[in-house]
Amino acid sequence: MSTLENGIRHSPAIHAPGERQITFSQAIHEAVSEEMARDERVFAIGEDIAVAGSVFKVFVGLFEKFGPERVIDSPISEAGIAGIGVGAAITGMRPIVDIMFCDFATLVMDQLINQAAKTHYMSGGKLTVPMVMRTTLGAGSRTAAQHSQSLHALFSHIPGLKVAIPATPYDAKGLMKSAIRDDNPVVIFEDRALFSQSGPVPEEEYTLPLGQADVKRTGDDITIVATSSMVYAALEAADRLAAAGISAELIDPRTTSPLDTETLIQSARKTSRALVVDEGYRRYGVTGEIASVIADGAFYYLDAPVRRIGAMDVPVPFSPAMEDLTIPNVDNVVETAKAMCGRE
Amino acid sequence: MNETNDTNPGAIELDAEHWLHAYEQMIRIRTFEEAANELYTSARMPGIAHLYIGEEAIAVGICEALRQDDYITSTHRGHGHCLAKGAELDRMFAELLGKEAGYCRGKGGSMHIADQETGNLGANGIVGGSAGIATGAGMSIKLRGTDQVSVCFFGDGALGQGLLYESMNMAQLWKLPVIYVCENNQYGEYTHNSKMAAGSMVGRATAFGVHAQAIDGQDIRTVHATARLVIERARKGGGPAFLVCDTYRFHGHHVGDIDRPYRTRDEEAEWAKRDPVNLLEAWLVESKQAETEVFERIQQDVKAAVDDAVAFALEASFPSESEVERHVYA
Repeated sequence: MSTLENGIRHSPAIHAPGERQITFSQAIHEAVSEEMARDERVFAIGEDIAVAGSVFKVFVGLFEKFGPERVIDSPISEAGIAGIGVGAAITGMRPIVDIMFCDFATLVMDQLINQAAKTHYMSGGKLTVPMVMRTTLGAGSRTAAQHSQSLHALFSHIPGLKVAIPATPYDAKGLMKSAIRDDNPVVIFEDRALFSQSGPVPEEEYTLPLGQADVKRTGDDITIVATSSMVYAALEAADRLAAAGISAELIDPRTTSPLDTETLIQSARKTSRALVVDEGYRRYGVTGEIASVIADGAFYYLDAPVRRIGAMDVPVPFSPAMEDLTIPNVDNVVETAKAMCGRE
Repeated sequence: MNETNDTNPGAIELDAEHWLHAYEQMIRIRTFEEAANELYTSARMPGIAHLYIGEEAIAVGICEALRQDDYITSTHRGHGHCLAKGAELDRMFAELLGKEAGYCRGKGGSMHIADQETGNLGANGIVGGSAGIATGAGMSIKLRGTDQVSVCFFGDGALGQGLLYESMNMAQLWKLPVIYVCENNQYGEYTHNSKMAAGSMVGRATAFGVHAQAIDGQDIRTVHATARLVIERARKGGGPAFLVCDTYRFHGHHVGDIDRPYRTRDEEAEWAKRDPVNLLEAWLVESKQAETEVFERIQQDVKAAVDDAVAFALEASFPSESEVERHVYA
């Protein structure tokens, strides 16, 4: 579904008319359902995913379609089900381990980081762990500090793991299908704020490679790199920047590991400015890594230092009056981009 | 530690040939470990190793009841499990020395030996870290509809890890064919388990409804007989079991732990009287199934094989630099 232009891939526009529109949630559901139908080794395990269809209703109908052996309600034992995922994956299955909030993924750190990520390497390539952990991220739903984090940077740090962070229904479906087919442990982060977001998704079969960025909008003056729901903030910012005479190019890496460094660097070389926006904590985060990649690869082409916007380095507060301050927003992006372009 | 919730299985009688094979397996482990210790003390082995000497009856007693396609997960004190499940001496030593010919191409070392061909899903450097993996293998067996069994070896130190309890709970809920084998060698690193594990050890499993027994881990006849019963039960869909095997590590926590200030020499001497190798020898002689010359011959043959394997490993090549970035991803 994507086309090549100057070596950069373009997926269908986010609001392309004419194609079938489905929500992000439906896209994930379709991906899992299609892969379970295609490959009987695929099964899903998690808290309230079977009878209840997951707390976010993404899996509603899968239990009825595939039965209790393949869509499994687990106890509230995140580490345990992650361990079951690793053991099942090593012995020939393709588990999807469902962790409701990525805040709870802190409970599976040993199983993911010490076991899943290292088994292939430690065994000299003999054992593989074809496992998917799907989880959710994002602040803004007034659920306070333990149900609002965006911890994808933690997992992106670990060699042996792949990390996908789709923004659109199209990307979510294609990346989820690839994650299930991949022979490595893949963590896929879904933004809860995007579950009801609609977008074009073709009826026909497709997958998207893990490790290929997507240009969501082309431009000439500044590259904005954005992930997950920040893609939508950046799109709106790009509209406002266009009104101010600034042409912004928007790139979504789609996976933070592997990271498509080539597309990021090419775009920054073309526009000569780069701004990175991500909802994870700002320090030691995804924005720092991407900014560094761009600074290394495009230094002599840049007209301004690479800038970055992340979540404030505080636990996410409950009160709406405070929470909204901690999340990057359209105004932040517009103001920073204008300053970088000398248009304050 | 003498609680049981089931009748004593009694000894399952094998013929002399099978017991002598089990004896040879125990001698292989002991001789392997003595050679590993020698490689360490002569500064020819990088890193450290955790020796299994004194606990051989457990790995051999259990693995002699398994098929090649059954799974095990192992621990940092794992050489015995790997050998008992069928690993070759030469590739084991090569892995300990970080050589490319090792089971993991030198990438795992002593604490991470895995061998898919013999169903060994890997030793583990995280205490209790394989409880979930063994249980997942059990889930996989159930979903694939085979009659394999998965055995999770761990030490009494792992009783402190929550993952074990999450795993046993799910194994019992879903009747997974997983045998949890606690090798209760009395110490977690340098601390006696009386200071670490409150209450009953087998009670931890019976609370979940898991079949649980505490047995003498020094007597391979008891270990093997019990293993056969719980393994066959699991194969037939009877669900998981939990065995606490009382044992003792005759050496320190690892090869460098030579002073052992946390325990007395008297205590060690008491346990040495119940050396699992000697116990099996004594029974085989007493029951007139073997004479001492047979043991000497087996020991000599194994020693020769171990010497050859050590020589192979010392001669083997280190991995090339290009190997460093291989196998990060499949």
